[in-house]
Amino acid sequence: MAFVPPARHLLRAKDLADARYFEPLDVDDLAHAAGLSRAYFSREFRRAFGEPPHAYLLTRRLERAAALLRTTDRSVAEICFAVGLKSVGSFTTSFTRTFGASPTAYRATFPPASAHALVPACVVRAYGRPQVRTFREDVAAAPA
Amino acid sequence: MIKLNSAQVWVHDQEEALAFYTAKLGMEVRADVTLPELGDFRWLAVGPAGQPDVAIVLMAIPGPPVMDAETAEQVKTLMAKGFAGTIFLGTDDVYTDVEALKSRGVQFVEEPEERPYGIDSSFRDPSGNHIRLTQVREIAAV
Repeated sequence: MAFVPPARHLLRAKDLADARYFEPLDVDDLAHAAGLSRAYFSREFRRAFGEPPHAYLLTRRLERAAALLRTTDRSVAEICFAVGLKSVGSFTTSFTRTFGASPTAYRATFPPASAHALVPACVVRAYGRPQVRTFREDVAAAPA
Repeated sequence: MIKLNSAQVWVHDQEEALAFYTAKLGMEVRADVTLPELGDFRWLAVGPAGQPDVAIVLMAIPGPPVMDAETAEQVKTLMAKGFAGTIFLGTDDVYTDVEALKSRGVQFVEEPEERPYGIDSSFRDPSGNHIRLTQVREIAAV
């Protein structure tokens, strides 16, 4: 059995956020995927990837929501639930703060889906994920 | 005329990588040579069955004198964080292949997703390398 670098366990948690963001995941689930206690996990995740795990999970959800706004005609509420968020109100607040426009206004600024032709999904997911401006509303929404 | 022969990825354990790329991904061993005169350097290459002239070299991260210990540690960490590179694989039936890979224990990070350029999915090798599996759509010449 090969020695596994510690960061590989953190990557499992990051991959879980990327793979199952649409489920009711929280930081405890991510810590569990890494096999670490929640507090230690949060510190180590931040050290490895430069942002805390709940911020990564939230911005993954917002990135997916932005992609769905650009490329589908589903309603804002439907998209909120489709990316694993539970409150349309805090989704709209987080989205607006992060992207500088409400979900509806954001959608209106983009050309139709066909214009997004050849860029690989991994590029969309990696480069489209916003940086958190603040995540107060996420903390409020998350279980204590 | 320049052709692609092989490209290299770092792996943290060659045996584990070999098992993954052959038993799970179904690739063939193209080369497996260990050279005692080079400090037991092992040249290990695998490739897809349908493409005999293309290979992926599974390279162990070397120690000194090739790579100083600090650099080796940085490469190991980058790889474990998933930022050491990507292999883009293609298929003509992504849903069938994804099911087959899952049945052999491969965990997908991105389930197959319809994109304008095709149906795209992703997973990782044991070292953390990002591997994509894409069924590219026929697109009219631009």
